[in-house]
Amino acid sequence: MSKKLALSIEDLHVTYQLNGASGKNKVARAVDGVDLQVAVGETLALVGESGSGKTSMANAIMRLIDPSAGKIVIDGVDVVPLQGKGLRSMRRNFQMIFQDPFESLDPRQRVIEAVMEPLEIHGIGGSESERREMALAALAQAGLRPAAEIGERFTHQLSGGQRQRVAIASAIILKPALIIADEPVSMLDVSLRAGILRVMADLRDQLGVSYLFITHDLSLAWMFADRIAVIYLGRIVEEASAVDLIANPMHPYTKALVSVIPVPEVTALEDRIILTGEIPSPASIPSGCRFHPRCPLFRELGEPEQCLTQDPVLQIQSNAESHHVACFFSEHNKGNQ
Amino acid sequence: MMKRDRTSANHGFWYFMGKLWADRMGRWGLIALAITTFIAVICPIFFPFDPSKVGADAASILTGPSKTHLLGSDELGRDVLRQFFTGARISLFVGIMATVISTIVGSGLGIFAGYYMGRLDGILMRITDFFLVVPALPLMIALGAIFGQNITVIIMVIGFLSWPRTARIVRSQTLSLRQRQFVPRAKSLGSSNLRIIRTHIVPHVMPLIVANTILVVAGCILSEATLSFIGLGDPDRISWGTMLHFSFVSGAIGRGAWWYFLPPGFGILFIVLGFTLVGHSFEKITNPRLGGSE
Repeated sequence: MSKKLALSIEDLHVTYQLNGASGKNKVARAVDGVDLQVAVGETLALVGESGSGKTSMANAIMRLIDPSAGKIVIDGVDVVPLQGKGLRSMRRNFQMIFQDPFESLDPRQRVIEAVMEPLEIHGIGGSESERREMALAALAQAGLRPAAEIGERFTHQLSGGQRQRVAIASAIILKPALIIADEPVSMLDVSLRAGILRVMADLRDQLGVSYLFITHDLSLAWMFADRIAVIYLGRIVEEASAVDLIANPMHPYTKALVSVIPVPEVTALEDRIILTGEIPSPASIPSGCRFHPRCPLFRELGEPEQCLTQDPVLQIQSNAESHHVACFFSEHNKGNQ
Repeated sequence: MMKRDRTSANHGFWYFMGKLWADRMGRWGLIALAITTFIAVICPIFFPFDPSKVGADAASILTGPSKTHLLGSDELGRDVLRQFFTGARISLFVGIMATVISTIVGSGLGIFAGYYMGRLDGILMRITDFFLVVPALPLMIALGAIFGQNITVIIMVIGFLSWPRTARIVRSQTLSLRQRQFVPRAKSLGSSNLRIIRTHIVPHVMPLIVANTILVVAGCILSEATLSFIGLGDPDRISWGTMLHFSFVSGAIGRGAWWYFLPPGFGILFIVLGFTLVGHSFEKITNPRLGGSE
C-alpha cells in the first residue's frame, strides 16, 4: 500500500559554481543525489552537521535556489520545472519557517501585517477585515494571545520566541501541505524551545500538516520526528523511524552521532565515539564512500578496498523494516551495539 | 488605516521635524529653509515683479536703496527687491523639480540594480559610472546651449545629470537589504519581485532617499545658479542666478552697485546652506552610526 505523499524528492542535486582562485570550473556538490519521502501528516527530521547540505536542500525544496537536477514533488506536483507565476501560486502549498526569527521578519511590519501578507499575495479572503480575522485566528493558534493586542505591535518589539510564533502563524495561514522548518528553535533560548515545538506539534495534529524538520540536533529530531534521515556531505547515509534509528544506528556516522547524545547516566560517557577531523568540502568529496576518511569502522576493519573505490547506496536492511543504510559493513555495527 | 505609534520604526513627518529641531545643525537649517520658503512663496504675492516695468529715464538706472526702491534698481530701472522675491521662487522651483527627476531616476535605477544584481546591475552601474565621472558642468552647458534657454530644459538637464550619486547610495543599501532573510521569506510566501521591492525594500531605503534628496536639492539649486550666471538661464524667469548674470554683464559689480548682486548672492548661499544643514542633520537622525542621537 502506498501512502499519500506530501513531499517526494527524487535524485535531487544542488551544485554551486565556485569561481575562486583554486580553478575556474570547480563545482561544489552541496546536495548530491537525495531521495526522500514525507507522507501526509508525517514529520521527517533531516539531521546533519553544518556543511552537510541540509540548508541547501531546504532552499532547493522552497525553490529559493534552483536545483541542478532531480524532482521535487509536493502534493502531487513537480515544482522544479515551474517558473514565475505558476511557481508563485504553487507556493501556498509549501511554506518555510526560517532559522532566525530576528532576520526573517521585516522590522517595519506590524505583526498583523506580516501574517496578513500571505493572504494578500494569494488573494485569499474577500475583504481586509476578513483577512484580519483570519490573521488573528492564526496568531491565536500559534499561541500569541491576546492576538489583537500583539497584532498591533511591530515585529521588532517582540521576543525571539514570539517572533518565531509569528513566523509559524504566517506559514500555517495558507494551510500548506508541507512546512519546512529549518532549525526553527536553534536561535531561541532553551527555555522557549519546548513551547515552540509544542505549537508545531499541535498544528500537526490539528491541521494534518507534514513537516520536514531540519536540525543538527539528533536528540531534538528524536523527540519531534516520526522518522529521521541523516545527511552527510549531500547524501542520505541512514534513514529509519526515529525510535529505530536512535536504538539501533547502523551507519558508523549515525552511531557516532547517537553516542554523543547527552544522557543522564555518567557511565554512558565511556561509549562515546568522537569523530576526528572536519566534514570535507563539498567541492572535493572523497572517493568511494564519502565518509571513509573519518570512519572509525573503516579503520577498525583495516581500511577495506571497497570503501575507497565504491560509493555505497542507500539500501534497506534485511532484518529491519524501512531501515535504510548506505554502508557496506553496517552488519558489523549491529553486533557492536 | 492604522495608527502609528512613536516608539516604532515607522516615524511620521512630525517626529522627524522634532528630531531636526532638537539638533543644532538641523535647527539652523530649518530656520534658513523657513525664511527662504517664505520669501519664495509668500512675498511675490504681495510684491509681484513685472519685468516690463522699466525705469522712465537714465536717472532711474542702478540707483541705490531708496524709499521707492528699498533695494535700489537694476540696469533697466526695475525694482531689485521685487526681483529678489521672484528670483527665490524660480531658484527653489528649478532646484526642487530637478531633484524630483534626479531622485526618481536615481532611486529607481539603484533599487533595480541592487535588487536584481547580476547582469542588469552591471549594465546599470556602468551607465551610472559614466554619468558619475563625466564632468557635469560642461555637459550641462553644452546641453543647455543646444536645447535653448528655457526653464523646462534647465530642469531636465540638471535633473538628468545629478542622479548617479543617489543611484549608487540606494543600490548599496538595496544590496544589503537583499541579503536580509525577510526577502527569501517574502519570496517563499509567493511574493513577486515587484511586490517584494514595494513592501520590503522601498520602505527601508525611504529614509536614505529622503536624506539624500534634501542634499541633492542644494546641489541642483547651485547648478541652476551656475548655468544662469553664465547666461544659460531662462531670461523670462529670473532666478537669483540670472540676477547675478545681469548684474555682472551690466557692470553693476564694477560700479559697486552692491544692492544688485549681494542679495541674490547671499540668497543662494543661504538656501544652499539651509538644505545642506537639514540634509546632513537628517542623515544623522536616520543613520545612528554617523553619531546621531537615536
